[in-house]
Amino acid sequence: MTAGVFPPGDYDVVVVGSGPGGLQTSYFLSRLGVRHAVVSADDAPGGMFRKWPIFQRLLSWSKPDAPFARDSREYEWYDHNSLLADEPELRALVPGFMDRSWAVPSRPEMEQGLTAFAERAGVAVRYGCRWESTRREEDGRLVLATSDGEYRCRAAVFALGVTEPWKSPIPGIEDVPHYAETGDPASYRGKRVLVIGKRNSGFEIADGLLPWAQRVTLVSPRPADTSVIALASVRVRYLQPLEDRALGGGTYVLDAAIERIERTATCFRVVAQGTTRAGEYELEYDAALAATGFRTPLGDLEQLGVRTVAQGRIPALTPLFEAAGAPGVFFAGNATQGAAGLRKRGVGSSSPAVQGFRYNARVLAEHLAEQLGVRPRPRRRLAADEVVPFLASELASAPELWAQKGYLCSVVGLDGPFDDGIQPLERFVDAGGADAVAVTVELDAAGEIFPGVYVRRDGRIREAELDPHPLSAFDGDPYRRELASLVGLP
Amino acid sequence: MIDAAVLSRLALFADLQAPQLQAVAELMDEASFPRDTRVLRSGISGGGFYVITDGEASVRIDGRDRVRFHPGDFFGELSILTGDPVVADIVAVSEELRCAVLPEHRLRPLLLDYPHLGLRMLEAMARRLRATTLWSE
Repeated sequence: MTAGVFPPGDYDVVVVGSGPGGLQTSYFLSRLGVRHAVVSADDAPGGMFRKWPIFQRLLSWSKPDAPFARDSREYEWYDHNSLLADEPELRALVPGFMDRSWAVPSRPEMEQGLTAFAERAGVAVRYGCRWESTRREEDGRLVLATSDGEYRCRAAVFALGVTEPWKSPIPGIEDVPHYAETGDPASYRGKRVLVIGKRNSGFEIADGLLPWAQRVTLVSPRPADTSVIALASVRVRYLQPLEDRALGGGTYVLDAAIERIERTATCFRVVAQGTTRAGEYELEYDAALAATGFRTPLGDLEQLGVRTVAQGRIPALTPLFEAAGAPGVFFAGNATQGAAGLRKRGVGSSSPAVQGFRYNARVLAEHLAEQLGVRPRPRRRLAADEVVPFLASELASAPELWAQKGYLCSVVGLDGPFDDGIQPLERFVDAGGADAVAVTVELDAAGEIFPGVYVRRDGRIREAELDPHPLSAFDGDPYRRELASLVGLP
Repeated sequence: MIDAAVLSRLALFADLQAPQLQAVAELMDEASFPRDTRVLRSGISGGGFYVITDGEASVRIDGRDRVRFHPGDFFGELSILTGDPVVADIVAVSEELRCAVLPEHRLRPLLLDYPHLGLRMLEAMARRLRATTLWSE
């Protein structure tokens, strides 16, 4: 759907972007009855998955078979890549395209899943419509100028991904191509290749070039943390270059801070200082790639008051994904990592990945529907003796809690009682209000998973961390007894 | 990740050489808090180690502001080193408060890797303890 859809004009909400963040937000806004437009500079759905990852394999799992039926809510935890839907037939679309050669989809399989979602869920987008600038009118409304004309709205949701190539400030790095400019693997045949960066994209390139390059060297100041890598989805890409390094196969992983890079007629000359081991390195490479990450393409939004973190790469957001300093400017998708949450135990959110931000999109849509006076957040009544079994069941299998550990919580209002839905934990802890209880699934740096319980009485929060369980059976009797004692209900 | 140039302006990191500073900067995140938001919360466990890079924060106990923190000051270390929940709210009191944040499990290894950083921290904590002792006498 393109021409004729969402012509320029007045809307309650305008969503910019047609990647998974934009599609998911529009889907929930539609289900909640919020009048909105979706515009995208692309000509088809999928966002970054239309071209990246470069080596065509994702990092996050979708398990075609799991302990729960594919159209169930619980299955979502086993499928990190599909978008969410209320209708069973629209759920879990990505596994349906997978050929099962890996437990993680290929890039084309992911793109097919997103395209199918947009088509089958009827998510309309005005494609080929580029957002160009933004201003605020005197009445507080936002105006988005686009290549097709102006859109006025009460709230704008920017779902632009973290997709603009970004390079760390190293003298000479401007001559080094970015990850996004990686050439055909065959063009690196027999070459000595320098990869700057040891995060996902650095190891993805190192792995992808193993069959081609003569030698690959990864450089960044910090060592790659193998104990973390073993538990993270990035293991798919990390382990082979590390094994190659360990066995002396021609891959090197240097912990060094690069002082400068010089491009000569024939090579890249690099001067670096060791960090974990002191010493100066002077190295020559035939090719170099900066796997130094991306930033959110913010356009002129900083002039509207949007603040940033992570060296200007990510917008700083409130727990409900609104830009601090720019009311009415919201973000969806990968950029929601700018709402960092409580950072308990040093564990961040899963918001940089589809599995995490798809739930943020539902929280955001419900918040916008309520804020715009379209529909209050749904609150399902519970009988007093249903509260503890409900909370225990949420701890055991709510995909929101498992995907966004220590970040999203399931809330029950005790004055009712009623199911108060999924909320950001930071908001629950800070917002105050009537007596309520929130449960989270939490994780510590050692990889231990345990339930967190937050009881709010008379405006004060009491935190309790329950013991881990070897089978994560958080709906068992010991947990129910502890929950009952904490909330004072049977 | 935070820009090493931001850390280089802070006394806590003054003894680190440029490559070490870059390695430390890779471990830390950058956080921004609007006025009146809480950075750490009384009674909640598992927070991080925060160093203010811009703006001001206040130690708030039972609604009363007790101590004001400025750029270069740090907080969160007591809860991490004792393993107990945070004992006071830390609240942003400037239009924007910006901090460098270290995940809690990384503080001990950092102090062992860079003893000069630990010494700087100890000196600052000693000054704080002396101020508290004089104040309570």
